[in-house]
Amino acid sequence: MNHWLIAPLVLPLVAGMLILLLVGRRGVQRAVSIGATAGLLPVALLLLCFAGNDEFGVYRLGGWPAPFGIVLVLDRLSALLLLLTALVALFALLYAVNGDDRRGRDFHVLFQLQLLGINGAFLTGDLFNLFVFFEILLIASYGLALYGGGGRDTGPTGQSRERTQQARLDGSGTQPLPPGPAPSAARHREPGGPERTRAGLHYVVLNLIGSGLFLIGVGTLYAVTGTLNMADLAVKVAAALPEQAALLRVSALLLLTVFGLKAALLPLHLWLPALYGNTTAPVAALFAIMTKVGVYAILRIYTLIFPAGGIAPDVGTWLLPLALLTLLIGAVGVLGSHRLRVLIAYLVVVSVGTLLAGVGQFSVGGITAALYYLPHTTLVSAGLFLLADLIARQRGTTGDHFSAGSPLAQPTRLGVLFFLGAVAAAGMPPLSGFLGKLLLLQSAPPSQSAWLWTIVLTGSLAGLIALSRAGSRIFWKTKGVRATGTLADLPHIAPPALLLAASVAMTVFAAPITGYAEATATQLLAPQQYIDAVLHGGNSNEF
Amino acid sequence: MEAVAALVVAVLAACGTYMVLRARTFPVVLGLSLLSYAVNLFLFFTGRLVTGVPPLAGGSTPTADPLPQALVLTAIVIGFGMTAFVVILALRARGELGNDHVDGKGDKS
Repeated sequence: MNHWLIAPLVLPLVAGMLILLLVGRRGVQRAVSIGATAGLLPVALLLLCFAGNDEFGVYRLGGWPAPFGIVLVLDRLSALLLLLTALVALFALLYAVNGDDRRGRDFHVLFQLQLLGINGAFLTGDLFNLFVFFEILLIASYGLALYGGGGRDTGPTGQSRERTQQARLDGSGTQPLPPGPAPSAARHREPGGPERTRAGLHYVVLNLIGSGLFLIGVGTLYAVTGTLNMADLAVKVAAALPEQAALLRVSALLLLTVFGLKAALLPLHLWLPALYGNTTAPVAALFAIMTKVGVYAILRIYTLIFPAGGIAPDVGTWLLPLALLTLLIGAVGVLGSHRLRVLIAYLVVVSVGTLLAGVGQFSVGGITAALYYLPHTTLVSAGLFLLADLIARQRGTTGDHFSAGSPLAQPTRLGVLFFLGAVAAAGMPPLSGFLGKLLLLQSAPPSQSAWLWTIVLTGSLAGLIALSRAGSRIFWKTKGVRATGTLADLPHIAPPALLLAASVAMTVFAAPITGYAEATATQLLAPQQYIDAVLHGGNSNEF
Repeated sequence: MEAVAALVVAVLAACGTYMVLRARTFPVVLGLSLLSYAVNLFLFFTGRLVTGVPPLAGGSTPTADPLPQALVLTAIVIGFGMTAFVVILALRARGELGNDHVDGKGDKS
């Protein structure tokens, strides 16, 4: 396996360029896109098997030795996240080819470039390269977030969206509409509506500022240490002189701000619910992995470059309270949501709080819990986003609002799926959300357990109440006749069903997954192996 | 020299921060541009301010660091593309929301 390590980058890049050349041949574009995304899955499995032997894969681009050239590094953590990305992307894409990809141009190009950015961010071992992959990921995500809002919609998908939009305009006042001079008829052509554009504008501006802060953080670090290779940075930061400590602290906290913005950590979470709640369903499903890029970066940088007890401030003292507050605010948002999509978006905020509460402990137990919870929450929220779209399509003009609407055309099928998703997302036994939260509660050190237990359990209770209310309003509190929308067929139902079934699978295979997560946590907390592998080629397979 | 460089970055960053906090999209876009100038200059200065020395490593003579120039070039390209995108997005928001306020709410008149 010589060049497999770079395959997760080459595959989407080549596919994206190829799709760009195949203008007008939409069937071929779809085939290439699905082929490339499905191809990521075996590659990710292969890399996972390799990383599972506690070996490091080091790919030196251009053959340059480590501190000088850019390296890609594969360890347990990046292999796990690559596999997760491949899974979520494949199901989101399979849902999108039902028609959502025809609501505008170049969906598949943006999708593949987004995958390139995400995979690159997980693999790179160079801090500036991490910035570049973040930017690739963000540029693609800007396009995707606003995708399909251009009024080009044709076909059944677009019509159902238009009804949703109609409902929003006629709505019971739950959705405050921005007053504007244009009459409402002018907005009917926009399936995403002005809400999406506004959320997109906020998202872009915030992330541009975040990119600036990232560069300042990286620049400060480079000015002090003279290197950008993460392993080399770890060595240089550990050996830093006391007079350099102040600058390193500034850099560490600036980077935490940037990654907190990506991960939607309080108080930088406000962009998320509006954006995820208003974008196209498959895009929202793919974006479920995006906050995890921020969590990954926090986990990587603050175990490797700025480990606890080093020269930098103990990030855990900041991260843990902020994470618990994020969880609490997210829970309030979950309770206050008027729409199903927004509710799920707030559940993503809650899950980020839960994840970082585990990561913020920087202990084997805490990181193990976070790494078990991470795939669970990503897969389940992606599945719920897709399911919410199916539900909204069958409720006629009511869309995904929690007001009494017409009965669903397929209440049993969608109801069972919603129940499954709700149990998993709320963290009820017997599904994987419960196991993840249990691991997190067990991992809490005695000094913090009172806070952690109270807030995590309150968050679960809020999620449970909100999801039960949402389910009973949508499925039981109905009025009028059944909407004559198209029934959801197998290609529509299968992606969300399989994503939610992953929660069941994660429960059945909880022991091996927890074992892998624990080994990953141990590996992360002993960064010397990583440093040796990159700088000296110890215990690593040279690619 | 260092003081002047630091002052330039500081003024640019301060003006950029002020403009980004304005309520309308046009000043916000200008602020983002100013911020990215500040960041680019800052990155450029991380290679230390030296003149008339070769950009080669090794030897006992002092050398200039060529890496920040490569970094800043990447940052400029990315920043330029992003600014172009945010201009278009701001125009579209103006069209869809009916006003150019960042929160889309318009004047309370």
